[in-house]
Amino acid sequence: MLFTVLTGLITSSLLVPFGKLIKTKWSIVLPFIPVILFLFYLWHVPVIANGTNVIQHLTWVPSLGVNFDFRLDGLSLLFALLITGIGAGIFFYARSYLKGHIYFDRFFAYLLLFMSAMLGVVLSDNILTLFVFWELTSISSFFLIGFNNDSKASRNSALMALSITGMGGFFLLAGLILVGNIAGTFVISELFAYHDQLVSHPLYPLIVGLICIGAFTKSAQFPFHFWLPGAMKAPTPVSAYLHSATMVKAGIYLLARFTPILGDTELWKITLMVVGGFTMIFAAVHSLFRTDLKGILAYSTVSALGILTFLLGIGTTDAIIAVSVFILVHALYKATLFMVTGIIDHETHTRDITKLKGLRKVMMPVFIAALLAALSSAGVPSTFGFIGKDLIYEATLNFRESWTIWLTALAVLTNIGLVTAGFRAGIKPFSGKLPEMFQEASLPNHSMWIPPLILAVLGILFGLFPGVVGNYVTHQTADAIAGGETDMHLQLWHGFNTVLTLSGATLAAGIALYFANNPTEEKLLALERFNIISSQHLFRQLGKGIRRASSWYTNKIHNGYLRSYHFKIILFAELLLGYKLWLGGPIQIDYANLTPLSWYEFGIVAILMGALYIIVTTKSRLTAVVSTSVIGYCLCLMFVFYSAPDLAMTQFTIDTLTTVLFVLVLYKLPPFINFMNRGVVIRDAVVALGFGIIISMIVLRVLYEPVTTDISDFYGENAYILAKGKNVVNVILVDFRGLDTMFETVVLAVAALGVYSLIKLRLKSSEKE
Amino acid sequence: MKSIILQTATRYLLPILLLFSFFLLLRGHYYPGGGFVGGLVASIAFVLHSFANGTESTMKILGYKPLSLIPIGLATSTVSVTVPLLFGLPPMTGLWFEEPIPVIGMIGSALFFDIGVYLVVIGVVLTILFTIALND
Amino acid sequence: MELLLVLVLGLLYAAGIYLVLRRSMVRLLLGIMLLSNGANVLIFVIGNITKGSPPVIGSMEKVFQEVYADPIPQALILTAIVISFGLTSFAIVLLKRVYALVDSDDLDDLNTPEEEDI
Repeated sequence: MLFTVLTGLITSSLLVPFGKLIKTKWSIVLPFIPVILFLFYLWHVPVIANGTNVIQHLTWVPSLGVNFDFRLDGLSLLFALLITGIGAGIFFYARSYLKGHIYFDRFFAYLLLFMSAMLGVVLSDNILTLFVFWELTSISSFFLIGFNNDSKASRNSALMALSITGMGGFFLLAGLILVGNIAGTFVISELFAYHDQLVSHPLYPLIVGLICIGAFTKSAQFPFHFWLPGAMKAPTPVSAYLHSATMVKAGIYLLARFTPILGDTELWKITLMVVGGFTMIFAAVHSLFRTDLKGILAYSTVSALGILTFLLGIGTTDAIIAVSVFILVHALYKATLFMVTGIIDHETHTRDITKLKGLRKVMMPVFIAALLAALSSAGVPSTFGFIGKDLIYEATLNFRESWTIWLTALAVLTNIGLVTAGFRAGIKPFSGKLPEMFQEASLPNHSMWIPPLILAVLGILFGLFPGVVGNYVTHQTADAIAGGETDMHLQLWHGFNTVLTLSGATLAAGIALYFANNPTEEKLLALERFNIISSQHLFRQLGKGIRRASSWYTNKIHNGYLRSYHFKIILFAELLLGYKLWLGGPIQIDYANLTPLSWYEFGIVAILMGALYIIVTTKSRLTAVVSTSVIGYCLCLMFVFYSAPDLAMTQFTIDTLTTVLFVLVLYKLPPFINFMNRGVVIRDAVVALGFGIIISMIVLRVLYEPVTTDISDFYGENAYILAKGKNVVNVILVDFRGLDTMFETVVLAVAALGVYSLIKLRLKSSEKE
Repeated sequence: MKSIILQTATRYLLPILLLFSFFLLLRGHYYPGGGFVGGLVASIAFVLHSFANGTESTMKILGYKPLSLIPIGLATSTVSVTVPLLFGLPPMTGLWFEEPIPVIGMIGSALFFDIGVYLVVIGVVLTILFTIALND
Repeated sequence: MELLLVLVLGLLYAAGIYLVLRRSMVRLLLGIMLLSNGANVLIFVIGNITKGSPPVIGSMEKVFQEVYADPIPQALILTAIVISFGLTSFAIVLLKRVYALVDSDDLDDLNTPEEEDI
C-alpha cells in the first residue's frame, strides 16, 4: 500500500523537472496513474470482502511512535476506491479542461500530491501519520483552490480554506495526542481496545471537542462551512474532486474512524447530531437561493456532509449502513454534477442559472449524465440515491421513539432541498429553448463528457443491482465503522411502508419547490443582508483584528530603534529580577564580615563617581573618553588594594590601549548632539538607576550567602605541587584552565582579523576604485 | 606628535619596555605577571614608539606585519598543548625540565603556552592599532 | 568596604544602562564599556575580597600559609578584561566605518540608509 501513497508523491516531484514533456506529448500518461491505483484497490475488494484486513508496517520514527503503518479495511477501501476511481475520471477530465494552460504541469503536480495525501489519510494506521497526511491535504488543496493565482478572490478563498482547515488541524493534533497519551499507543487498530478507557477518562469531553473541531473544519460543518462555497473559485475539476468525493469527506472519514474508538456516548452523539443536523438544513435552505451553479452544488455538498455527520451521530446500525451507502451515493452524483457544471462553464463561459437554458440541444450526452445524476440525487426509485435516501429515513425512524418525528422531519426537509438543488443543477440548464447566445456552444472533447457519464451510469447500475456494491464494499465499510458485524442487505424494493411514503413525499415536494421557487439575483441579495451575523463575517473580522493587533504590536515593539529595544529588554529584566528580589524578603547585611574601610578608598570612589557624572552629562566626546579611562584607572587602584596585582596590571595596560584607540578613531567625529528631550532623559535615568539598585541588591543578597571555596582551595593548594607555579592566577590561566585561555586568544585573533578586514573593506561605491 | 624629546626617549624606552615585558612574561608563573600583561606592555612600547616616530618606522623595526605574530603565537600555544601527546600523556599535561635555570626558574610547557599568549596579544593589539593608524 | 564596592558597581551599571539608551553610537559604546567594568567589579566583590594578600605563594613555601585572595574571580576578570578589549576595539572600528558611511553618530540614521550604500 505504501507504493500507492508514494506513487503520487514521486510523480508529483518528477513533474518539476519533466513538466515540459507532460505539457505536450506525454500528458496522456497522467490519468493512468489513478487508473492503475484504482485497479490495485479493486483487486483488493474480494480480500476485504472476506473479512480480512491488509496491514503493512514500516518503522519511520520509532522513538516517537511515528510509523508508516498502513491498514486497509472496509472503510479505508471505500475511500481508497473513491479517491482513485473518481480521481481517474477527474484526471482524464482535467487533461482536456486545462489543455494548453500555462501551468498545466503544476496543476497535475498539486493534484497528484493531493491524491497521495488523501490516500495516506485513509490508509494510515497511525494517528500521527494520519495527521501528517491530513495537513498535506490542507496544503495541497490550498494550492489547488488558489490555482488561478492572478485573481485576488481566488487567493483569498484559498487562504481562507487553508486557515480554517489548518486551524482545525491544530485542534485535531491536540486531540490525537491526548488520545495517544491516554491509550499509550498511536496505532489505530490497537486503539479499538481502549474504547472504555478513553470514554471514562476525565479528559474525554475535551478530546471529543478537539477532534470534532478538526473534522468539522475539514468537512465544512457549521459554523466553519463557509470556506467550501468560497473554495468554488478553484478550477472545476478541483471542485469536483476535492469538494465532492475526497477532501471534505476526510472529516467524515475521521469521525467514522473514531466512532468505534470514541463513539457510543451521549456527548458524541449529541454533538454530531446537533452540528450535522443544523448544517444540513441550513445549507439545504441556502442552496435554494444560489444562482451560481457551483454555489448550488457547494451548499448542497455542505448539506450532504451535514447528513453524514448527523447519521454518524445517530450511530445506530441503520445509521451506519446509511452512512456507508450515502458516501458512495453522494460522491457519484456530486462529482458528475460538478463535472457537468465544468463542461457548461467551459463551453458557455457562464454558470448563471438564470441565463442557462436548453443546452440539451447542443450537448446531449452531457445532459444524460446530468439527468441521471440529478435523479440519483433526488432519490428517484431505481437509482442508487433512492436506496441511500431510504436508508437515511430508516435510520431516523428507528432511533429513540421520542426523537423520531423531529429527526425524520429534519431529514425530509433537508432532502427536499437537495432534490431541488439537484434538479436545478442537473436539469435546469438543459431544459427549455436554447437562447441565441449559446448557439455556438458545442459538445466538448469526449474525455470531458465520458467520465461524468460513467459515474452517472454507475449511480443507476448500483441502484438496480444494489447487492453487488452492498455485499462487496459498503457492507465492510459499515462493519469497520460499527466496529462489528452489521447485517446489511441492500435492496431496491422494500415494499410499501413508511419509508417509501416519505421518499415519495420528499420527491413530490422537491419537484414542487423546483417549479415554485426560482432563484434570482434579488433574492440572493436579500439573503446576503444577513451576512453580517454569519460566521464568515465574524471570521473576516477576526482576521482584520489580528492584522490590526499585529501591526500595532510591530509598531510598538519592533519599531527598529535600537534604544527602544534596549529599553524594553532592560525594563523587562528589571521587572523579573525585582519581582524575584521582592519574593526573597528583606536584605540582610553581615556587618561583622566586612573588610574595614580606609580614607584613600573613599577618595578613589569619589573620583570614580565624579568621572561617571562627567561621562553621563558631558557634551564633549573627548571628555567622555578620558573620563572612561579615569574610571578604568580607579578600578585598577582598587585591584591593587585588594590583592589582585595581575588584574591591576592588565587593567592598566588595557585601559591605556583603549584610550589610545578611541583617540585614534574618534577625534574626527562630530560632537555629541543632544537628541533627547527632558522627559525621555528622566525616564531613562529612572530605569538606569533602578537597574543599578537591583543589581546592587542582588550582590548584597549574594554576599550574605556563605561562600564555598572548594575549587579555589584546590587551586591554591595544588598550584605548586601539581603545576610548579606560585602565582595561582597565572597557573589557572596557563595550566589548570589552559584550554580556555587558548580559545580566548583565538577570540582575540578573530577580533583582530575582524578589525583588519573592516578597515580594508571598501563599502561605499565611491571608495571602490 | 613628532617631538625630538619623545623620539629620543622612545629610542631608549622601546628596548627597556620590551625587556620589562619579557621579564613579566617569564616570571609570570611565580610572581604577578604573565603572557597577557607582558604582551600588553610590549604592545604599549611599540605604540609609544609609533607615536613618536610614525607607524611606518615602527613597522620597519618589527620587520613583519604584526598580523603574522598571531598565527605564530597560536601555533606556539597549540604545540605546547599537544607535545605531551608525543610522550603518551593526555594533552596539556605540564612537562618540565629537570634543572631550574637562574633568574627564570623552572622551564616547562606552561611557559611556552604563555609565550604563545604573549605573541598573540602583541599581534592582536598591534594589528588593530596599526591598521587604524595607517589607514588614516 | 564591600558596601562601597557595591555602590560603585551599582553606579557603573546605572551609568552604563543610561548611556546604552542614548541615540549616539559613541555613548552606546561607552555604556557597554561601563557595563563590562561593572560586571568585573561584580565578580570581584562576590568572591571574597581580601586586603594585602595576593594569591601568590611565598618564595620559601610550597603551599599557602595564611589567608589569600580568591584566585578564581581574578582569573575570570583577567580574561574578561582582555576579551572586552577585543570587543571594544572591534566596536570602535565598526563605529568608524559606520560614520564614514552614513556621516552621522545618530543611531536613527542607520534605519534609513541611502540606496547606494546598502
